Amino acid sequence: MRILVDLVRCQSYGQCIYAAPSVFRFNGEQSLEFDYAPDDALREQVERAVAACPVQAIRIGLPDAPPEEQRVDARGKA
Amino acid sequence: MSGSMAAANGTFDGRIVIVGASLAGLRAAEALRLEGFTGSLTLIGDEPYPPYDRPPLSKTVLSGWLPVEHTALPRFVDVDAEWRLGVPAAGLDLAGRRVHLADAQEVEFDRLLITTGTRARQWPNSAEATIDGVFTVRTRDDAARLRERLAVGPGRVLIIGGGFIGSEVASVCRELNLPVTLVERSGVPLDNALGAAAGGAAARIQRHHGVDLRTGVTVMAMEGDGRLRRARLSDGDVLDVDVAVIALGAVRNTEWLRGAGLAADARGVVCDASCRVFSAEGVVLDDVFVAGDVARWPHPLFEGQLIAVEHWDNAVKQAAVAAHNMVRPASERRPHKALPAFWSNQFGLNIKSVGLPTIADELVVTQGSPQDLHFVAVYGGAGRIVAAVAVNAPLWLDYYQALIAARAPFPPPFDAADAPAEPVIRPAGFPPRGHATHSPTAAATGPGPSSPAPPPEPPPRRAAAPTAAELQDPRVPPRPHPL
Repeated sequence: MRILVDLVRCQSYGQCIYAAPSVFRFNGEQSLEFDYAPDDALREQVERAVAACPVQAIRIGLPDAPPEEQRVDARGKA
Repeated sequence: MSGSMAAANGTFDGRIVIVGASLAGLRAAEALRLEGFTGSLTLIGDEPYPPYDRPPLSKTVLSGWLPVEHTALPRFVDVDAEWRLGVPAAGLDLAGRRVHLADAQEVEFDRLLITTGTRARQWPNSAEATIDGVFTVRTRDDAARLRERLAVGPGRVLIIGGGFIGSEVASVCRELNLPVTLVERSGVPLDNALGAAAGGAAARIQRHHGVDLRTGVTVMAMEGDGRLRRARLSDGDVLDVDVAVIALGAVRNTEWLRGAGLAADARGVVCDASCRVFSAEGVVLDDVFVAGDVARWPHPLFEGQLIAVEHWDNAVKQAAVAAHNMVRPASERRPHKALPAFWSNQFGLNIKSVGLPTIADELVVTQGSPQDLHFVAVYGGAGRIVAAVAVNAPLWLDYYQALIAARAPFPPPFDAADAPAEPVIRPAGFPPRGHATHSPTAAATGPGPSSPAPPPEPPPRRAAAPTAAELQDPRVPPRPHPL
């Protein structure tokens, strides 16, 4: 799965770290770091983190793009 | 033209091409679909990768915590686009409505969005720049290469430039327990972005974390025998180094627009508040738009100057405004007037800024204290609040954001419970315009679409005799007055 935290919106409440400690962490007291591509097995934890964020800074992306979306390179080769 | 290309709901329905397939390009593509655009959409990108996020490249990717392939940006909308990745745009034929690619292919459009962003400024000596061990940090490939080198535990890392990227890389090196020297030609790190007063605090923090910080110094030469071995500094010192990271800021990707008839130069592509690009003759074009790092536009809060903002948040928000205005009728146009905002994580500190610090002339700490590494500094320019910077205090910024948006007078009231007993208003200490080798990441860039770059300001008066470093390299500015 792919996720994104809007770090301008983030106010370092740290609730996500309790919900999904292997996905989110603080470097120091307030600097949030996160894994953009957590393992699918962590989906439930990540969903809890999304729900717990007081400023709703975490979003879960669509399932990875189907291969056809990425097949066209500039040479037009499939 | 747009009249014949509107769908029944009034949404533009022709062919849209986005040049630049990074954050702004992707978010614009998503916003176009959310606006109801159903026409054909093509994204052109010079890198071979689908859009990825750059902020972690100088932080968690370098530290080894985040694998570089994890930085791919999530999709929130199915953009249903054709992706032409791996070949840069080489030219624009405005009259013929087509983009020329570097491999001589062409892509036709009815409306164009330019999101080509910036690239790392390279070390000016190209022979030295290609020595094994010399790196920049802008792309995923850059970060992967540098991570690989840092992972093997090299000797001293030299960082050239003390802006945000240089300071973040220095922070990661110390996290990895690598010896690091940071060379900054002005008096303090983060001088261009936050001013000398705040930069003084950054200097203390870097030294506290074991960074060998050399200010008022430049690198005169790098030497190696196939691999980087040493660097010669303008103060005469010679350092044994294994790795050098060039962190001299960014250059806007506008060369491909040379001769295209747009108001575009090294400062960016000029647009109005609705993101419509100006022609070179000052006409606002209805079918060419720009967003993100490469745009220059008039912000209603910072009147009289076009601003250029190299921030993640601006790319996202300007892309959404551009997308809306590209496909909706003229009567529904919106201005892009979000306040500039950014963050940086370094040395375990969370630094957040809102507004435009670089136009300020004064600042005052309104909450907390720099000694405790927990404070807000408010920046004032022309008697009003123009920016606020919070260190380990992100919760407090919303309040100041409202003051900036309301053009509140500077200094603000000191009524917070943790306000300093005796607030000290200091000069913000930004370097004079035109005297930096690397430009600030958010800046005023001149008043109008065809106005030339303003001339450099006179250098500050020297308080004392020039130092040895200043004598050897005249680009080293005089040291600021100590705070």
